[in-house]
Amino acid sequence: MSILIDKNTKVIVQGITGRDGSFHTGQMIDYGTQIVGGVTPGKGGQSILDRPIFNSCAEAVKATGADVSIMYVPAKFAKAAMLDAAHSGIKMLVAITEGIPTLDALEAYEALKANGVRLIGPNCPGLITPGQCKIGIMPASIHKPGKVGLISRSGTLTYEIVHELTLDGIGETTCIGIGGDPVIGSKFVDLLPLFEADPETEAVVIVGEIGGQDEVIAANYIKAHMKKPVVGFMAGLTAPPGKRMGHAGAIVGGEDDTAASKIEKLEAAGIPVARIISDVVKLVKKQLG
Amino acid sequence: MKIHEYQAKELFRQYGIPAPDGAVATTADEAVAIATKMGLPVVIKAQVHVGGRGKAGGVKVVTEKDQVKSVAEKILALTIKDLPVRKVLVTPAVVIKKEVYLSILIDRGARAIVFIGCADGGVEIEETAKTHPEKILRHEVTATECAKLDKAKLLPFASKLFDDPKQAAAAADMMVKMGKLFMEKDASLVEINPLIVDDKGEVIALDGKMMIDDNALFRHDELIGYRDMDSEDQDELDAKDAGLSFIRLDGTIGCMVNGAGLAMATMDTIKHFGGSPANFLDVGGSSDPKKVVIAFKMILKDPGIKVILVNIFGGITRCDDIAKGILASMQEFNVPVPIIIRLVGTNEKEGRALLEGTALTTVTSLEEGAVKAAKIGSLT
Repeated sequence: MSILIDKNTKVIVQGITGRDGSFHTGQMIDYGTQIVGGVTPGKGGQSILDRPIFNSCAEAVKATGADVSIMYVPAKFAKAAMLDAAHSGIKMLVAITEGIPTLDALEAYEALKANGVRLIGPNCPGLITPGQCKIGIMPASIHKPGKVGLISRSGTLTYEIVHELTLDGIGETTCIGIGGDPVIGSKFVDLLPLFEADPETEAVVIVGEIGGQDEVIAANYIKAHMKKPVVGFMAGLTAPPGKRMGHAGAIVGGEDDTAASKIEKLEAAGIPVARIISDVVKLVKKQLG
Repeated sequence: MKIHEYQAKELFRQYGIPAPDGAVATTADEAVAIATKMGLPVVIKAQVHVGGRGKAGGVKVVTEKDQVKSVAEKILALTIKDLPVRKVLVTPAVVIKKEVYLSILIDRGARAIVFIGCADGGVEIEETAKTHPEKILRHEVTATECAKLDKAKLLPFASKLFDDPKQAAAAADMMVKMGKLFMEKDASLVEINPLIVDDKGEVIALDGKMMIDDNALFRHDELIGYRDMDSEDQDELDAKDAGLSFIRLDGTIGCMVNGAGLAMATMDTIKHFGGSPANFLDVGGSSDPKKVVIAFKMILKDPGIKVILVNIFGGITRCDDIAKGILASMQEFNVPVPIIIRLVGTNEKEGRALLEGTALTTVTSLEEGAVKAAKIGSLT
């Protein structure tokens, strides 16, 4: 089992003819992901990597029965692509693009939500159910089917933690990068119930950072509703206030959104938080018994 | 990007939001000329990107003409929270009958745009939010509707700020205009603090603050001139132009990492083992060796650097490209400090092979690298 995606998930790629889009489409196909087509406005009717190209998501969904779209469209054109997905009948949109204007993302989020489409990202590495389906840009080789679910606001930091879980033989059920932007489609609290309900997930790791209150809201949710153990890691203890640390959403605005304050609140809710990356695996093992 | 009060008020006036006239002076003589034309009394206000200007002596009411020069001189000589005051806004003094707080911002938690209001004024708005959360009014709107809000729907909110129906109607009208300004300029914050009623009963934006979404600046050429170079770090801007994220800190260990989260975690790990990071640096998601060279240039500008730690977890970024960039940097600059390198992920073998036989130290884990760097970094 897994959450959100598995070997039967049918995927289309928005921006499939772009440099990043075509490269990662090849990588996803190699992993075994069912890529059933792509979307590039104006290139409908052509094909790439033996997959048909469509002018719009709606056309692609109609012709292929796709469930999920992954988007590599540049930031300037992302809103139009996201609105296209919102009205296409797709069930989930994974927005990889970094640097989308916040108000564009918000407007697109509203349209996606109104149409019942789940949004992962933007500014995220995507998600993967090891051994079954990869919808994203993460290096496939570091993953291994196993028993830990992972939700993270970061990309490479997640790879680092996944790598250690894999090297230790624990493995993962599904790993989701939810994105580093201020406005994201799925937060920790939106995904934790799915892991709680997934029979194969035995523990969950949440990887947060400075900025916003999502980790604290997650802590309260975990305390009140989850039986499965959760382990945390929070990046940015050394981040100075008022500076945007790479991610648009990673900025310390007040005393409540520092890494230290989040660690304190998570630990107060009974969630162990690792101070260095290698301690994540140790804490997970301890929780699994 | 933050913009100054006088710039925010320029935009307010463009959008029909009533704000007092005013002009900006960079010298005391200019301030005198403006005040003379405007007529006394005036308020002279430091234009710097920090809060607490008033407390720092950066805002003064001047009633006598012969005092304008000395007051302006004093304010222009101030440094408020490390920022030198280079400009003052000279604006007519207004009689305040009532003051409230009003802003519109993106609430990331609610994933909505929200108006925030407080009838008690906004002198200590953050404190009020903690001690009397019930006094903070909220009205959420969607991004889809924000540019064309319906005044009638905003009236109940405005009526909680102003008892007087005429004033409430003026405030609701102002909120419609704020919504349009917010959307059209890609703001993340438009704040009027205070929003006042003057002795004629008019509702006026006495002070204004705005923040513009950096991600949207590409479509706002008209706002680029608003950037205040004094409050920006030139290295940080150069880095951004090169597609990197860079922030200088005060430690001794230079860091070069791919990915913002891992870059923060790398800094945290260095600190955990007793070292202190000299910078935050995310080389970004692609793997152009040129970016690595620029990154080295940034790091090496700091004379306090004792060691550089490179931590790469290859995904989109390829380790061999990073290695090539490191070697190119070694040729281009005479790197005076040891470099500790950790490469994992995409094309790791190729990357390591390129570095073999050089004097560079390679490590296999972040922690090993951080411990080594911390040791060198703390040598005096």
